[in-house]
Amino acid sequence: MREISLHIMDIAENGITAGADWIQIVVDEARNENRLKIEIKDNGKGIPNTMVDKVIDPFVTTRTTRRVGLGLSLLKAAAERCDGEFALTSEPGKGTRVKAIFQYDHIDRAPLGDMASSVITLIAGNSDVDFVYIHIVDGKNFTMDTRDIRKELGDISLTNPTVIHHLTQSIKKELGRLKQKK
Amino acid sequence: MAKLTIDDLKKIKEKVSKETSLRDGKANVKITVHMGTCGIAAGAREVMNALMEEMAQSDRQDIKVVASGCLGMCSSEPNVTVEIEGEEPIVYQHMVANKMRQVFKRHVLQGEVQTGFALARI
Repeated sequence: MREISLHIMDIAENGITAGADWIQIVVDEARNENRLKIEIKDNGKGIPNTMVDKVIDPFVTTRTTRRVGLGLSLLKAAAERCDGEFALTSEPGKGTRVKAIFQYDHIDRAPLGDMASSVITLIAGNSDVDFVYIHIVDGKNFTMDTRDIRKELGDISLTNPTVIHHLTQSIKKELGRLKQKK
Repeated sequence: MAKLTIDDLKKIKEKVSKETSLRDGKANVKITVHMGTCGIAAGAREVMNALMEEMAQSDRQDIKVVASGCLGMCSSEPNVTVEIEGEEPIVYQHMVANKMRQVFKRHVLQGEVQTGFALARI
């Protein structure tokens, strides 16, 4: 994929397909360690032990529309291409966690890309799911939790276009702040 | 740890309350942006962004936007399905931001199916 944020969106969608109503996305730009770490956790139905090693195979999928599922294998390939790592753990009935680490300055590492859009797209398209998005840059971080935002909004829907618009701007602003040098 | 809150939440609440005072909460239109790996790789996110911008500018309250998985027609991604109450669903293919805006303005708002972008019926 052109941007790592698109992989994140893709894997998050996997969790939602598995019945999750809570997705946690962590992006850790540990530039001082020369690592970019991403983690996507969900509380979906999980993957049975017998399948955990198989799901990374593009020809293994729970989809019924096609017999190919590329999401995990593409992310794994992207991480390994950048001297990184990929790990998937799951507990049936509890959820799944996907972790990918990239060497930050690797020439083949795709840009992280537009995280704000990716997160907002997830929120806008999945109104019944809660998202926690944690973004860390060299130890400075911010957290967005849709559960808190829903409480603040009260009656107003999280997916109301005006809310979505303002939320997008807020995330972009916070990301801008994180990237600024002290 | 900095927690994100929406700036100007009060202003948003006021604005939205005015808009929704007439609404009865029913969704007459459902727009599905297909977001399988194929769709995402082909640019579905930009299509979704354009759609959300158009939604914000329109004052319709009865439109529901959903992100769903792949339809199985991966080579024509990004695909968008528009379902208007009482009409048959239309699947649009090879969508981009500008086409999404056109479909929203002409099909969703005015009822005019954009046959040039739609999946041909057999």
